[in-house]
Amino acid sequence: MTITEVSVNLTINGQAVSVPEGTSIHKACESAGIETPTLCWAENLTPVNACRVCVVEVEGSRALVPSCARAVEDQMVVQTDSPRVRHSRKMVLEFLGSSVDLSQATDLAEWMRHYGADPDRYDQPDLPAERISEEPKIQDDLYIRDYDKCVLCYKCVEACGDDAQHTFAIAVSGRGFDARISTEFDTVLPDSACVYCGNCIGVCPTGAIQFKTEFDMRAAGEWRPDEQEVTTTVCSFCGVGCNLELHTQDDRIVKVTSPADHSVTHGHLCIKGRFGWQYVQPPTRR
Amino acid sequence: MADLFIGDDKADEIEIVAVAAAVGTPTAVVRESERLVYGGIHRRRDHRHLLLPALHGLQNAKGWISPGGLNHVCEVLQVPPAEAYGVATFYEMFRLDEPELGPETTHVTHVCVDAACQIADNEDLIAELEARGAHVHRSPCLGQCERAPAQFHQGIGRHDSVPADTVEVAVRIPQQGDPSLRLLRNVGVVDPTSLDAYRANGGYRALGEAIRMGPVAVCAAVADSGLSGRGGAAFPTGIKWRAVAAEQGRPKHVVANCDESEPGTFKDRVVMEQDPFAVIESLTLAGFATGAENGWIYIRGEYPLATARLENAVSQAREAGLLGADAAGSGHRFDIEIRRGAGAYICGEETALFASLEGFRGEPRSKPPFPTTHGLFREPTAINNPETLINALDIVLNGPEAYRRRGTERSPGTKLLCLSGRVSKPGLYEVEFGTTLGEVLELAGPLTGSGTLAAVLMGGAAGSFVGPDALDMPLTLEDTRERGTTLGSGVVMAFTDEIDMTDVAVRIAEFFRNESCGQCVPCRVGTVRQHETMVQIQAKGSLSAQRRSLVDDIAEVMVDASICGLGHTAASAINSAMALGLLPEGGHDDDH
Ligand SMILES: Cc1cc2nc3c(=O)[nH]c(=O)nc-3n(C[C@H](O)[C@H](O)[C@H](O)COP(=O)(O)O)c2cc1C
Ligand code: SF4
Ligand code: SF4
Ligand code: SF4
Ligand code: FES
Ligand code: FES
Repeated sequence: MTITEVSVNLTINGQAVSVPEGTSIHKACESAGIETPTLCWAENLTPVNACRVCVVEVEGSRALVPSCARAVEDQMVVQTDSPRVRHSRKMVLEFLGSSVDLSQATDLAEWMRHYGADPDRYDQPDLPAERISEEPKIQDDLYIRDYDKCVLCYKCVEACGDDAQHTFAIAVSGRGFDARISTEFDTVLPDSACVYCGNCIGVCPTGAIQFKTEFDMRAAGEWRPDEQEVTTTVCSFCGVGCNLELHTQDDRIVKVTSPADHSVTHGHLCIKGRFGWQYVQPPTRR
Repeated sequence: MADLFIGDDKADEIEIVAVAAAVGTPTAVVRESERLVYGGIHRRRDHRHLLLPALHGLQNAKGWISPGGLNHVCEVLQVPPAEAYGVATFYEMFRLDEPELGPETTHVTHVCVDAACQIADNEDLIAELEARGAHVHRSPCLGQCERAPAQFHQGIGRHDSVPADTVEVAVRIPQQGDPSLRLLRNVGVVDPTSLDAYRANGGYRALGEAIRMGPVAVCAAVADSGLSGRGGAAFPTGIKWRAVAAEQGRPKHVVANCDESEPGTFKDRVVMEQDPFAVIESLTLAGFATGAENGWIYIRGEYPLATARLENAVSQAREAGLLGADAAGSGHRFDIEIRRGAGAYICGEETALFASLEGFRGEPRSKPPFPTTHGLFREPTAINNPETLINALDIVLNGPEAYRRRGTERSPGTKLLCLSGRVSKPGLYEVEFGTTLGEVLELAGPLTGSGTLAAVLMGGAAGSFVGPDALDMPLTLEDTRERGTTLGSGVVMAFTDEIDMTDVAVRIAEFFRNESCGQCVPCRVGTVRQHETMVQIQAKGSLSAQRRSLVDDIAEVMVDASICGLGHTAASAINSAMALGLLPEGGHDDDH
């Protein structure tokens, strides 16, 4: 940890910005009031800079630069809304929309409208654009994995591995368009290393991993986020002091999250906090 | 993570023996306390880099990697099974489902489906092999484009082999014995299996001279020579070596990037097979110049003869004291380890190569930081193509001025070119930079077949097509760049107007689609959409107006926003083919 804070001066869209050394371009944009779409980046995870939806133009750099991972440099000149930036962001969103189901990636829908992304333009009458097509994996009562919706942001892998859980139950397998998040030999979760901490659910931006409760309620047409309430409490299973956010709908707990900026959890929990509520309320009353 | 969770499947005796042979002495299981915390990443440094060799052992023993076998490797190396599975599924040469092979099966026959072999009736060969009951695997370029259609036998319970290595004179060096050759001087002339023969022909004099000069002077000579990288990116070698030499206080590495997988490229294979000691000597020289103690050779898995020759060369050099604690009497420790890739074009990209060698998926890392500070094991690393390396021998021995007497001001020296396609004398050629494309094609003899020259693919699938009007183009870095093309890895592949270029373009698109590591969206999806476009041309004889408008959009995002060179160049050859009118023109109706 450095104690003295060195400032870096740069220009973003013609505006002079000064931020501490080591700040990412993305954070610098934020401090200048410029919003940037992100997908594979999260506050509580190491940047993998894989999705490229956050790219910006940096003067002197031939290719565009991922703003989430690149640190600012003194005298950097950054453009976040140039034609090249808009084109790449739009294309990344279109590419994703043309290959996976983004219906539950609510943040992205907004950005797709913003950049005018039209995922359907890749389909041809007798040659539809190839999509990822996977059946939902329903292997236990706690959570499901539906890789039809997976954008390969690596967040779940990081949360399960080095960044939080250190269980390494899932990893990316295969290559290219055939790459998938998988256990070894696609073993079912109950037979894998998974300890059901649910941290992968917490970080997944697209609903590819979700609570079984949510999945079932959506299937039944009963999922109504607008009517849900969030109650913050401290987990009572042990003395660590994890913050829990209980999401309730019709007085039933439907899922549990933890704030990513919480100093104890950084958004990550264990099976007791994440799923323990299943024992404090009777099974689905339908 | 407490104990590693490993499933119930167990390895059998064959697999246990194969893994033990691959990872060396029975490996002690690392205890939790031995784990290193390194840059925030917990790594089992000492063992993880043995993952690829261990997987090779399993694959070779049984023809596939079984769940029990994988579990055993995970136990021995302390790698989480999901990660090991992710690594194994990354590579073309590994199978994770039990193949239907008879017990008698000794190998799977890989047949190349890339351009040079595509236009050399590879499909007839495949049909013939299959009719004879062979197990055929369609492979990307096997690095034997001069002897298309190419085959490689991946052994099961026996060594891998290449049929052409045994049945014909393998060496195709039409210029063999020409006294003006520098890089190919020894090829076909000096016994590649004998250190004595190599030394008797001037071998190891350059290293001796380098030791006499000292590292600083060696780096200076290389910088003054103007030598630039021959792996495709043409980065100045002197700058790279000096940067690594300047790093202090951490272990350092030099790596020979022998992954050669660019379609159309076979130069490194010929050099490694026919002059392996030159690769070892020059890598040792690079180690001395940069102050690195660790030398690595990462060679593609489909090069069994080159691997055997290099292994032999390393062990002879070690015995002679040219490697080891006091390498060649330099007072400097230096040794070399050889690692085999397992079928992944992307692992030739330097940062992907590091990841692969460390036992991770061959996914490129973002730069900066650059390899000179954060390379292999995130330590300072100079990585070079073997052709780059062997140039350094001449530079040190004869001085940069002599070196610069050949070639041009901005492209000094000579260049290896891989001639293939419809030429009567395909093979490896060494020419001075500045020789024109027409002169080079003349060297390789008249065109074969009855067509006339329609296009030349320069630099491989990552390069671009040029038309017959480019025959006057001097082959230098500057002239090719000016004409919007590239020398890349030295591919010169000739196509005549008898060839259906649409088929070639479809295959190039398929190549990138298959070889994309999948990490970033522009390339993972862009290469698929690009392939679909080519398939449409093939199916309909032209592009719909709607598709045509997508072509440039797709190319632009791949160039602008991909992580690595694979995505940056994936549209290049195809766009050049369109621009040259090699693909059908005119739009059909959209049907929408
Ligand atoms: C997709 C891809 C594949 C590559 N394959 C190779 C290869 O097989 N051999 C090689 O020397 N360089 C390859 N490179 C270039 C390397 O990243 C690197 O620039 C080179 O090894 C540096 O050595 P040099 O300076 O001697 O050329 C590849 C690059 C990309 C983007
Ligand atoms: S629930 Fe926890 S242990 Fe299981 S896969 Fe998700 S992150 Fe890994
Ligand atoms: S499952 Fe979710 S978190 Fe995991 S890679 Fe896919 S989209 Fe990202
Ligand atoms: S450009 Fe392609 S090969 Fe390179 S990192 Fe991205 S997906 Fe992987
Ligand atoms: S958010 Fe920056 S690359 Fe994904
Ligand atoms: S071996 Fe077939 S194209 Fe190279």
